[in-house]
Amino acid sequence: MTEQLDAGAVAQQIREHDALDAPGGGSEVGRARRRKEDARLVTGRTQWTDNIQLPGMLHVAFLRSPMAHARITRVDTSAARTRRGVVGVFSGQDFAGEQGSLPCAWPVTADTVIPEHPPMAVTTVRYVGEAVACVVAVDRYAAADALEAIEIDYEPLEPVLDMTEALAEGGPKVHEAGNESFTWKFAGGDIEAAFHEAPVVIDRTYVQQRLIPSAMEPRAVVAQTDGDHFTLHSSTQIPHVLRVMLALTTGIPEHKLRVIAPDVGGGFGSKLQVTAEEVLCLLITRRLGKPVKWTESRSEGNMTVHHGRDQLQNIRVAADADGRIRGVQVKLLADMGAYLMLVTPGVPLLGAFMYNGVYKMDAYDFTCTGVFTNKMPTDAYRGAGRPEATYAIERLMDELAVEIGVDPMEIRRRNWIQHSEFPYTTICGLTYDSGNYEAATDRALALFGYDKLRAEQSDRRERHDPVQLGIGISTYTEMCGLAPSRVLGSLSYGAGGWEHADVRVLPTGKVEVVTGTSPHGQGHETAWSQIVADSLGVPFEDVAVLHGDTATSHKGMDTYGSRSLVVGGIAVVHACDKVKEKARQVAAHLMEASPDDVEFSEGRFRVRGTGTSQTIQEIALATFAAHNLPDGFEPRLDASATFDPENFSFPHGTHLCAVEVDTETGATAIRSYVAVDDVGNVINPLIVEGQVHGGIAQGIAQALFEEAVYDSDGNLLTTTMADYLVPSAADLPNFTTDRTETPATTNPLGVKGVGEAGTIASTPAVVNAIVDALRPHGVHDVRMPCTPERVWRTLRTGGGEPA
Amino acid sequence: MARISVKVDGIAYEDDVEPRLLLVHYLRDRLGKTGTPIGCDTTNCGACTVLLDGRSVKSCSVLAVQADGCDVTTIEGVSSNGEWHPVQKAFHEEHALQCGYCTPGMILASIDLLKDDPDPSEDAVRQGLEGNLCRCTGYCNIVRAVRRAAQEMRVTTP
Repeated sequence: MTEQLDAGAVAQQIREHDALDAPGGGSEVGRARRRKEDARLVTGRTQWTDNIQLPGMLHVAFLRSPMAHARITRVDTSAARTRRGVVGVFSGQDFAGEQGSLPCAWPVTADTVIPEHPPMAVTTVRYVGEAVACVVAVDRYAAADALEAIEIDYEPLEPVLDMTEALAEGGPKVHEAGNESFTWKFAGGDIEAAFHEAPVVIDRTYVQQRLIPSAMEPRAVVAQTDGDHFTLHSSTQIPHVLRVMLALTTGIPEHKLRVIAPDVGGGFGSKLQVTAEEVLCLLITRRLGKPVKWTESRSEGNMTVHHGRDQLQNIRVAADADGRIRGVQVKLLADMGAYLMLVTPGVPLLGAFMYNGVYKMDAYDFTCTGVFTNKMPTDAYRGAGRPEATYAIERLMDELAVEIGVDPMEIRRRNWIQHSEFPYTTICGLTYDSGNYEAATDRALALFGYDKLRAEQSDRRERHDPVQLGIGISTYTEMCGLAPSRVLGSLSYGAGGWEHADVRVLPTGKVEVVTGTSPHGQGHETAWSQIVADSLGVPFEDVAVLHGDTATSHKGMDTYGSRSLVVGGIAVVHACDKVKEKARQVAAHLMEASPDDVEFSEGRFRVRGTGTSQTIQEIALATFAAHNLPDGFEPRLDASATFDPENFSFPHGTHLCAVEVDTETGATAIRSYVAVDDVGNVINPLIVEGQVHGGIAQGIAQALFEEAVYDSDGNLLTTTMADYLVPSAADLPNFTTDRTETPATTNPLGVKGVGEAGTIASTPAVVNAIVDALRPHGVHDVRMPCTPERVWRTLRTGGGEPA
Repeated sequence: MARISVKVDGIAYEDDVEPRLLLVHYLRDRLGKTGTPIGCDTTNCGACTVLLDGRSVKSCSVLAVQADGCDVTTIEGVSSNGEWHPVQKAFHEEHALQCGYCTPGMILASIDLLKDDPDPSEDAVRQGLEGNLCRCTGYCNIVRAVRRAAQEMRVTTP
């Protein structure tokens, strides 16, 4: 079936190939350019929000609810006000008239229950960690010290902590309106016909545990005002969306509010939010007239940065006797936590169109109920909805293979969309523009040595080796490049999905690119420079990329959902096209030729059939001087473009994972991991590989290590990095990565996006491997995270019910 | 208040500090050495790693008064004469950073690791850096970078 390649040697070849500097210039796109961003990051000259020190700046510390659900009966801040260095102490009552409600931009149904969400609790607290008061003081130590002097009395209420119990009649309620926020349904084909007398029906329930995104930079906010205008620095992914939302929430007019995302230390969705602390810091600076800073501690952040996942997935598949899928039915409970935040209810919807995965089927039926509990709200976390969907269908494909009695790769081949069938409209109505699942899979199998590992697995099974070997497969796709505005509108999202770029050619021929995307580790400064260098024929070094400040980048939809290149990069391309068209007019005028006779390549305009030419830099200077321009020509080469995609993009790939499971201790060890991803054309292979590596690590972390745990009173037990296990280098293996390149047909760069792919793909690959290792022991599921204890207990209870 | 004398990145400082002041807050808030970030409050993440008399420490778990009389090297003092340290170069070459928040600590921990083991295996690098967390890279390129720097340093310092 497969040939055995030396994975290490292949990876090395790829790296050497990628490292090639194209001699004598050539295309920048596709080169493994080292990043422009690195210089300040490796030397410590970064500007993180917490680095900012302003004259007279005050520091804010928040007192947070120790109760999951309680009424606030008394607040006394008088003692705290007398503490050293304290400038102000405020409780929710102090902000009650002006703090508004934190926004939810995605009411998924007309009757979605969106409870009031005061940034600081006034009468009731609904999760542990909710802000109830704050101290403003001259330094961070003084602010933290005075918190202990604030007295608050609570009348405890019964907390709601389990989604199934929350929906039962007569129990405690998180909000007066009840514990159900919405029920959203979606269907394609005739699901009843698909299940009617189906030879094979498999029914499974999977638990997507609650996760804490854990960006390395804790959140920080600096707010200042001159009495009229406001400036907010925040460690955010979304300076543009944040500006609009803060204006609507606080009443500060949009044109008097500047939002800056300086260097931002990772996000993974967790900084795609309008937070209580951002609103409150603005209100405090408005009230005191002084600049204020708040920086969270990690313990505070684990409680109060929005969490991810937390869904209960019931998935049923109906299939023919040969394993061909007839239909898939999904019933989902999604834990909203205590409130709906920016896109909380939309996260499961982003998965709703993905439970069919790469497979063909006749019918599909999806129902999701959003449930309130007394926990931190959930929201976007790397992949947002799509990892959950991919996990469920890829786990189920393995179950189907066992039921039919074929190799799990064979069951996938029987069901997936063939290369020749693209473009393919799925049962969910999405049109996958391009893909080649066969090519990516064949490459992955060869790198992995699939047949050899299967042989070793058989051998270990026969020998009853206490250390069993399992092989996990994940043949995933995802929808990303968020998003076509019209589709977002049809899903009741409150905004569009376009992206904006400005390209400015300076008098000396250098180029400034202003992007509406807001990078926080992705390397846009480098990748956008490569795109512009190719398009305008200017040196890579001559391009600067500006971002993250609403005063310089006035328009944007920011960075999430693997959208930056696929949407924002295309806006850059379109803006460059407009620049070239303007420059062509000037070049033709200067060379006394018709614009139709002027060709452009590698930075030079040439009059066809002559030796006459002008560089784009010469045109830039001539345009700046404006002495001799075509009549009526506005003296500038600058151009803007706003791009709204017509379709999502659909990266795909095959991930293979071999795991050794010690059946005596429950310990697992990843022996090898191969990922072949197809993200379309690649701008910078180094950056793409990095995104894949990091994504795989986060997906593995969900499979093996991470879970946000609340106790029966609603206290978060995993408040520190000692309790919430973000994996270290010692916990993870090396990954073998490779690519196939099937260009997207929906954009001029042929790109598909890569930010989330690794995370979406890897979790089911790992768990499939663990379950595969333990099949002979009667195990058909292990609940995530598959800790040694949980694996050990599952082995002893024989089966796979959630432990 | 306690009086401390400390040399940071080659410059001598004398300051009165609260006995409870963390070294990392002293570096960041008093000296403006903001190249050293803070990632947690339980000594798990290692983002705040600096060298104290040449050995890596997490500056969130050292009091400023404990650094009295010591020589502290932060990420801002690693380059010499404008030339990046081989570990800095290797992190850049191998794309061993994305958001870069863990990078100062990762680089200083790596410098200390290479002092003890100038030719570490992949596994030795992984074990040696287990006190420094990165959420972006999945560590593959960090491991490559440390081994590349090791090779470079062996060539240049026989």
